[in-house]
Amino acid sequence: MNNYMRLEIPAKSTNEAFARMAVGAFVSQTDPTIEELSDIKTAVSEGVTNAIIHGYENMSGVVSIVCRIDEDMLEIVITDFGVGIENIEKAREPLYTSKPDEERSGMGFTVMETFMDDLLVESKLSEGTKITMRKRLKSR
Amino acid sequence: MKIRLEYASGTLIAKIKGEIDHHTSNELRTVLDKEIMEKSIKNLVLDFDKVTFMDSSGIGVIVGRYKKIDALGGQLMIIRAKGQVDKVLKLSGIKKILKCREEVSINE
Ligand SMILES: Nc1ncnc2c1ncn2[C@@H]1O[C@H](COP(=O)(O)OP(=O)(O)OP(=O)(O)O)[C@@H](O)[C@H]1O
Ligand SMILES: [Mg+2]
Repeated sequence: MNNYMRLEIPAKSTNEAFARMAVGAFVSQTDPTIEELSDIKTAVSEGVTNAIIHGYENMSGVVSIVCRIDEDMLEIVITDFGVGIENIEKAREPLYTSKPDEERSGMGFTVMETFMDDLLVESKLSEGTKITMRKRLKSR
Repeated sequence: MKIRLEYASGTLIAKIKGEIDHHTSNELRTVLDKEIMEKSIKNLVLDFDKVTFMDSSGIGVIVGRYKKIDALGGQLMIIRAKGQVDKVLKLSGIKKILKCREEVSINE
């Protein structure tokens, strides 16, 4: 199968559930296993939540989500045009969070890395952040 | 997400239904903290039987409540987590610091 979808949503926390469900519905065409589907939805939830709370610091902004399916390969790109990440390596460390006072656990990137096959993080200060996640769908 | 609260001698059982993410975790945190503060709760049981989704925002809420309950000398227990929710709990490492069971049993 060869397919893609592009979704643009305002950075509102109600859209976190919408985004993961929309991606889930799109990916469902490939007949994934229940576990693959929940892994993908969890990773999307982490990426979109990060864009909202870190990228835009709960202010207004646009989050873009692009999904591509190329045979058995799924690629999800989540982009924000917010504050950006100063030190990507540090941000990706398990348990690192810049907002410990808000009870964040610093597990978002670890979840994305674990639940998907690979994760690429590109970011520029005051320009934004783009994360690219890939997963090979084994069920087909 | 919906929360139903039940009490059993100093223990608060919070039966949660639905999805726990950044959007819904704020309400969960507020509701639990209000009960812990106002009802002199010692132990907290989070019943995840009907939780269908949780991400790292949920981990943050659990760890935060664990610190509060632990400081008060009580126990926090998670029961009946399954599937995706259990996978996120395992990855977070909190299964090592607090009790996770199929059913309730405090001070066994
Ligand atoms: N889109 C983004 N824009 C700016 N900074 C980001 C973005 N995504 C992540 N970060 C930075 O990377 C850190 C680590 O992100 P990660 O998702 O692993 O943890 P967290 O969001 O702080 O906590 P959790 O995801 O467990 O609630 C964040 O604390 C933040 O500083
Ligand atoms: Mg995060």
